[in-house]
Amino acid sequence: MSSIAWFRLASPASFFPLARRLVPWFSAGAAVLALAGLWLGLLVAPTDAQQGDAYRIIFIHVPAAWMSMFIYIVMAFWCAVSLTFNTRLAAMLAQALAPTGAMFTVLALVTGAMWGKPAWGTYWAWDARMTSELILLFLYFGYMALRNAIDDPRRADRASAVLALVGAINVPIIYFSVKWWNTLHQGASVSLTSAPTMAATMLAGMLIMAFAAWFYAIAITLIRVQAIIIEREQNTRWMGELLPWIR
Amino acid sequence: MKASGLSEFMAMGGYGFYVWTSYVVAAVAVAFEIIAVRARIRAAVKSALRPDRAVPVADDTQ
Repeated sequence: MSSIAWFRLASPASFFPLARRLVPWFSAGAAVLALAGLWLGLLVAPTDAQQGDAYRIIFIHVPAAWMSMFIYIVMAFWCAVSLTFNTRLAAMLAQALAPTGAMFTVLALVTGAMWGKPAWGTYWAWDARMTSELILLFLYFGYMALRNAIDDPRRADRASAVLALVGAINVPIIYFSVKWWNTLHQGASVSLTSAPTMAATMLAGMLIMAFAAWFYAIAITLIRVQAIIIEREQNTRWMGELLPWIR
Repeated sequence: MKASGLSEFMAMGGYGFYVWTSYVVAAVAVAFEIIAVRARIRAAVKSALRPDRAVPVADDTQ
């Protein structure tokens, strides 16, 4: 009866110890992948014929930009689950994802500026890709600010979930902006439908860094969700018994 | 890349400022987030364990 097991895991009391057990594995995975990706990206991958070594920003920029959008989609998914089934853990996961999504959005914007200057001669332009990514950052900030503005956590769950779901329309706009508009930003470097145009070691380094970012995001979210569970479930008996043992 | 020495590696073909700013900002952001989230757990536990807090009441079952 797997459905029963899933519903049992959807309770913060069952999920809390699971999250604690999973964190070391995802943290170690992130560290190993990041070391391998940095080694490939900084020491093995060749200098680009057109961009010189400036392109090496790609190993941070593309994973950060992917994660900024992907985390938002996962956050919106958990918001939809929490609105539909009225489950607390889904809302807590969405709450735990937002700061990390915002962090990756800031990284995508900052590293994009650092790449834009040598590549295009400007740190910033109001083109569709950059503007929609900036709107993504404001959506993350808006989601967190709305949560903080509402004292009752369950009401905060519902209001912020609606905001997150409405804002989700921005993610496909970011993704397809380079196709729909004439942007300064280049088109997608990696596509599922065509052969890669990058050198194999560049592509491998970028993908490994993307996996590192993925593992990191899972690890840090699993840590933050523990803090959120402690904050929100501290009046429950199970948390009262657990509290003295948490370090 | 065929870096003959550390200084050449750091120079990044003249793009050192842009490349290393990106990597340093990323490293600082990740380090800050890890420290902040650990501090948040400690603060939550400390606040929940305050002696003047209300006695646990409800059970967890929905």
